[in-house]
Amino acid sequence: MELTDIIFYIFALVTIGSAMIVVFSRNLVYSAFSLMFTFLGVAGLYVLLLADFLAVTQLMIYVGGILVLMIFGVMLTHRVVNVEISSGAMRVIPATIVVGVFLGTLLLVLTRTKWMVMEGSPDVIGTTSMIGTALVTDYLLPFEVSGVVLLVAIVAAAFMARKR
Amino acid sequence: MEQFIHDLIGNDLLATIVWCVLPLVFILGYAIVAILAEMKSASWFQDRLGPMRTGPWGIFQPFADVLKLLMKEDIVPARADKILFNLAPVIVFVGAYAAFAVLPFASEYVGADLNLGLFYLIAVSSFGVLGIIMGGWASNNKYSLLGAMRSAAQIVSYEVPSATALLIVAMMVGSLNLQDIITAQSGGFWNWFILGGPKSDVVLASGAVIHADIGNFVFLPLLLATFVIYYLSALAETNRTPFDIPEGESELVGGYHTEYSGMKFGMFFMAEYANMFLVSAVAAVVFFGGWQSPWGITLGEALDIPVLTLLEGVFWTAAKGFFFVFVMMWLRWTLPRLRVDQLMYMCWKVLIPASFALALVVGFIVVIR
Repeated sequence: MELTDIIFYIFALVTIGSAMIVVFSRNLVYSAFSLMFTFLGVAGLYVLLLADFLAVTQLMIYVGGILVLMIFGVMLTHRVVNVEISSGAMRVIPATIVVGVFLGTLLLVLTRTKWMVMEGSPDVIGTTSMIGTALVTDYLLPFEVSGVVLLVAIVAAAFMARKR
Repeated sequence: MEQFIHDLIGNDLLATIVWCVLPLVFILGYAIVAILAEMKSASWFQDRLGPMRTGPWGIFQPFADVLKLLMKEDIVPARADKILFNLAPVIVFVGAYAAFAVLPFASEYVGADLNLGLFYLIAVSSFGVLGIIMGGWASNNKYSLLGAMRSAAQIVSYEVPSATALLIVAMMVGSLNLQDIITAQSGGFWNWFILGGPKSDVVLASGAVIHADIGNFVFLPLLLATFVIYYLSALAETNRTPFDIPEGESELVGGYHTEYSGMKFGMFFMAEYANMFLVSAVAAVVFFGGWQSPWGITLGEALDIPVLTLLEGVFWTAAKGFFFVFVMMWLRWTLPRLRVDQLMYMCWKVLIPASFALALVVGFIVVIR
């Protein structure tokens, strides 16, 4: 086993382990904070895939922005410990069917797909300039449209928060 | 430098660990000096003597303080959340330390020469705020929680102008690599970005060429304003006066670290000092030529002694960093603390529009030239 493999398994363990805490913890704050380790683990996996820009963007947007706001919201809630989050209405049979079909599909995709495996690592040093060039040439319209969508969301949020 | 340590130690794993711990040694030494500097400068600004009893001229006071912190009883409040309470100081310090990985101390000494250095730096600097919120909430104390919430609001807001200010320079260099940004400023202080950037063509390590001429002086006022925006936002991000409302003693006792004592408080303290040096060093790297000497040539290069060049680089980084740390102390004893609303007004209605306008103007000039 090479060093990269060991690092991969550490990051994978961190990601999955903390994601389990997010789901199963009965304390909302623990869930929110372990989400941080999930994001970190995913960022680490991106680095191992040589997607350096994506990794740092992951940190920047999810850890620095979304997670901070989420924790902000959680801290302001009245009760955070021992909250019954799961809904009371449970349909065991439909849920089993849906989950089973989903799992089956994923397993099928996992085993049937011909995964492309590269020998060695591609000689790409940094993806930033490539992503930047792609964003302002081939993908200019989607980029601008998503910008407008976000702007609309901000205006709507500001409108709703406005004092009447 | 990394190779040198590998050769010296022989064992790869051990050498890597030593390589990773080197900045920590630097931070510890620097913190000792900075604590004394803070106490002494505070006294002088207020026409006092400051610590005089511990050692000659009080120079052993920081050691005594550190010893006191180490010996103190470690108190965890009964109703606090034990796990998060203990984890918070670690996260805060890790956030500060992680950024040191990409900080270039000299031409041959940078922990990780990332192509995304500047972006990484901006991204990991938001880690500390999570630790601060964690500590504030886990303390189960209303003052701590208020301090943590103020801190979160403040850091999230001030990240925007500081990142925009740094990106303005990245736009001129065409690279996010911190070594490239420093290389672009080589050849003397008149080529530093605070004075408008390079005045002649520069070849970067990647082979890319930055075309520049004497006309770059048009950037001087723009980049001066950019630097002011960056430095003010950096002050706010490190929770220093006049932006220290998260721990404002007169309102919140001690803010987010009210309940902390002993070495856990020491960790918060260290993280604050590490962050102060970090933002100062980034200001030095981006606007003041980093490890370059002000007159462009180094003694080590002239005499062809690589070790001397390395030491000179570390010296200039440290000297420029210390200068901006001193300015922070200076401002601390000069300006009163802002109110929360003034703080938000300053960020959202002054610094952010100004930084966006500067980014537009500089970008426009870079494109048409």
